Amino acid sequence: MSRLNEANTLLAKEIIGRYPKARSATIPLLHLSQQQNGHITNDAIAHIAELVGATSAEVLGTCTFYEMFKMEPVGKYLVNICGTMSCQLLGADELMHHAEHSLGVKAGGTTADGMFTLEHAECQAACTEAPNMQVNYRHCHRMTTEKFDQLIDDLRAGRLDGDIPQHGTLARVRQVIPAEKAAGVALPDVPVEPAWMADGGKS
Amino acid sequence: MSDTAETTEEVVVDPNAVNITINGVPHVARKGQLVIDAAADAGEYIPRFCYHERMTPVGKCRMCLVECDSGRGPAVTVSCMVPVAPDMKVDTESPTTKRMQEGILELLLANHPLDCPVCDKGGECPLQDQAFSHGPGESRYVEEKRHYEKPIAISDLVFLDRERCILCDRCTRFADEVAGDALIHFNSRGNNTHITTFPDEPFASYFSGNTVQICPVGALTAKPYRFKARPWDLAQQESTCTTCSVGCRTVVQTSRDELLRVMGVDSDPVNHGWLCDRGRFDFESVKSEHRVQQPLVRVGADLQPATWNSAIAAAAALITEALAAGGAGSVAVLGGARGTNEDAFAWARLGHEVIGTPNVYAQMGDGLPAGLLALPRATIDQMASAATVVLLGPDLKEELPVLYLRLRAAAEKGRTRVIEFAPRHTGLTSYAWKHIGYEPGTQVQAMKSALADEAVAAQLAAGPVVVVAGRANLAESSAATVAAVREVLAAVPGATVLPAFRRGNVVGALQVGMRPRPGGLDTRGTLQAAAAGKIECLVLVGADPLSDFPDTDLARRGLAGATRIIAVDTFVTESAARANVVLAASAYAEKSGTHTNLEGRVTSLAAAVTPAGNCRADWMIAADLALELGTDLGYGSVADVTSDIAAKVAGHAGVTPDAVAGDGVLAEVNPQLDPMNQVEVQVGERNAYEYRLVVSRVLYDQAVGTAMSPSLAHLTRASAVHLHPLDIERVGTTDGARVKVSSTRTSVVFGVVADPSVLRGTAWVPFNQPGPEVGELIDCFAAVNDVRIETI
Repeated sequence: MSRLNEANTLLAKEIIGRYPKARSATIPLLHLSQQQNGHITNDAIAHIAELVGATSAEVLGTCTFYEMFKMEPVGKYLVNICGTMSCQLLGADELMHHAEHSLGVKAGGTTADGMFTLEHAECQAACTEAPNMQVNYRHCHRMTTEKFDQLIDDLRAGRLDGDIPQHGTLARVRQVIPAEKAAGVALPDVPVEPAWMADGGKS
Repeated sequence: MSDTAETTEEVVVDPNAVNITINGVPHVARKGQLVIDAAADAGEYIPRFCYHERMTPVGKCRMCLVECDSGRGPAVTVSCMVPVAPDMKVDTESPTTKRMQEGILELLLANHPLDCPVCDKGGECPLQDQAFSHGPGESRYVEEKRHYEKPIAISDLVFLDRERCILCDRCTRFADEVAGDALIHFNSRGNNTHITTFPDEPFASYFSGNTVQICPVGALTAKPYRFKARPWDLAQQESTCTTCSVGCRTVVQTSRDELLRVMGVDSDPVNHGWLCDRGRFDFESVKSEHRVQQPLVRVGADLQPATWNSAIAAAAALITEALAAGGAGSVAVLGGARGTNEDAFAWARLGHEVIGTPNVYAQMGDGLPAGLLALPRATIDQMASAATVVLLGPDLKEELPVLYLRLRAAAEKGRTRVIEFAPRHTGLTSYAWKHIGYEPGTQVQAMKSALADEAVAAQLAAGPVVVVAGRANLAESSAATVAAVREVLAAVPGATVLPAFRRGNVVGALQVGMRPRPGGLDTRGTLQAAAAGKIECLVLVGADPLSDFPDTDLARRGLAGATRIIAVDTFVTESAARANVVLAASAYAEKSGTHTNLEGRVTSLAAAVTPAGNCRADWMIAADLALELGTDLGYGSVADVTSDIAAKVAGHAGVTPDAVAGDGVLAEVNPQLDPMNQVEVQVGERNAYEYRLVVSRVLYDQAVGTAMSPSLAHLTRASAVHLHPLDIERVGTTDGARVKVSSTRTSVVFGVVADPSVLRGTAWVPFNQPGPEVGELIDCFAAVNDVRIETI
């Protein structure tokens, strides 16, 4: 059982309500599901398909397009080490080598305690801060092997729990859209103009 | 040139004409037409894989790249995505075009396994053909190709070989756009894009076979045809599918006198090239080893093989005895909907003229009165282009699948608004503009209150209205539906009716004469008379009342009470097993003739294989039997019967061998049919029987065509009672448990299925499925049937 839980199902319905077509909410709901479970399960896909009125095959097709939706369980912390040019020139390979040794897994693997999944990443758009890496998509700039060890220690000890939530959490602050600004679910052939468009963007 | 044209006043400029040149030759295309279609009209075939005329272009495969010059110099253009523009110069043969075509093919073949010698598609494969005609002839790709497990079963009928797939999006587009069952989809888009279903959710679409037909490579293959033949060994003839009354155009393919494959033919007024899986694959039943191969005559308790002479003599003797014992009125002929128009006409003449009985009927108590055919008839095209379709009939997806596709497409494109009246949710409900659920027996009230609704009234006034009328529920009399049809026709002058009769050639049979003469009995009346011992001889022409007539008890008593029974059939069905004589009839694709679909379109049927054993066409049997009874019907060939129909049956004068070729010809409504009977609907109180019974067919049932086709036989579902989840709670049972369902007649034990598509207070049971027979609960004389449901 890894369908959306009761609270998240309510949230999902609220998210669906933001779009003129329910299936536009597919990707936000996949994120929601990944936040809940850390990865996307087939049960979750079937549940999302039910909620947005698509078939499970369609939701699966959308989900598998995106690298950042994980179909297999990953560690609590997803460590992505950038290996693109700037980072590579400034020691990304050595950093990866060190990470593999210190975590005891090859890139793509998950530690036995389920804490870390190590991945190689392409450019993370932080070339000025090379070598760069991310933990659950939170940047860690100008990494060294020492800083890496310290980071892993801190994560293990829970000292960074306030900064880096577990894998799947996009943001700890949810966007709140007032009901009058939501587009609302409407039949495709009767588009309802959202309030913010009707008044020329004044509200 | 243009100056002269402007000064000449007579020249009418077609506003839709677009002048272009294709390979330097001027051509007049239509506004909005795609370059690929315009080129085809001009005789220049542009190679393609993903483009299909009946689906949205997607520009996936890039095979149709050509050079187009719209005034800014030649540019590489995807010809399936770009409409023609004035003065466009299309070059399908330029060196650039050729280089692009070679490049695309080299790329498509890079990962293709090239296993043509063992591939079913080899010989009729667009990829093979176009690699030959447009390809570079060699590949620079020396690396390892992609590998996938091959093949995987994506449904019970269809296998997918992902190595052969070129990702053209035809099957997935068909599933989503045409069938509305988006159960296959691209997965892991990127380097490893491949087609899959969702795990444990197979591509169980009723239309899955079409994806095999439109696959431009050998990636999708259908189980019944895999490794059976090579295309160059196949002979083929155009024919019509007789599985239901939509009458889809087909091509029947055979090899060494064996039926191997049925493919859809793109008939614009009917099926647009599509077939349902039942129609595509039930040809297997024709070559079933269980077919009755020769006439059988009852000797004591057994049916023994006999010669045609002795069997015809025995049958004639039975009729003569019956005539002597009870007169012509004691003989009844049931059936005729399975065969050709020629079969039905010969049997109608035998019944009415030779035997002289008025009791002849082609329907099995599961349709609407034949008089429906006398109402102003709509065609399928008119339905698909009407502003409003009032659907007062069965679940089209289950009973008339390709009609469902046409109506679904019309509703999806926003052309047509469907107002659906149904006792439960159907395949069309989600596409309907309004779904009006009614409790069986209350159709008229539902119709009246809908007609009183302002929005509905405005919609009905907005344009042409077509009423699709059929039998939604076998457990109620047809009177309420008929009354509701009359109600909508009275409210909407000019509305036309498309009869949603289900059986293969039932409309043809009724039109050419398989219907009671004045004073004659319909099927229910015949069975009732037989049960009372008043039928001396019952002739079943491809009719199996024991499994098809809704009221099983009456069917059983009728067959037991009939003094003599003659069955003309392709199988020894449950009913035929009780006959004194079984006359072996040839089946679909074993006989030629004509077929009439529900809109009245007469098309041709081809004899593609030799009949099994000593089987004969029904019309031949009728002619032989008539001769034995002393009357020569005058038929020496099927063409004699066809021309006799044209001469004698009103509205059929235009039905000539030339006219029925291709898309066929509409036979005008037969004015001799009686108008619909006016019966008041009286629905009694429910008392302790608190669930109203709804019984209807689903696509795969135990009809011989399905049951005797090995690929389809296991697709039936279990006979079970479907209840709304809240009603399940009310009964105090659970999904999957067993309950006792009782009518005033008897009790039957069914499994329970929770089904939110069932209206509260009703119970739905699919008809003729393996398991307990729901027909035992049905009283065909009651306006509605109510049942009590108890836990056990």
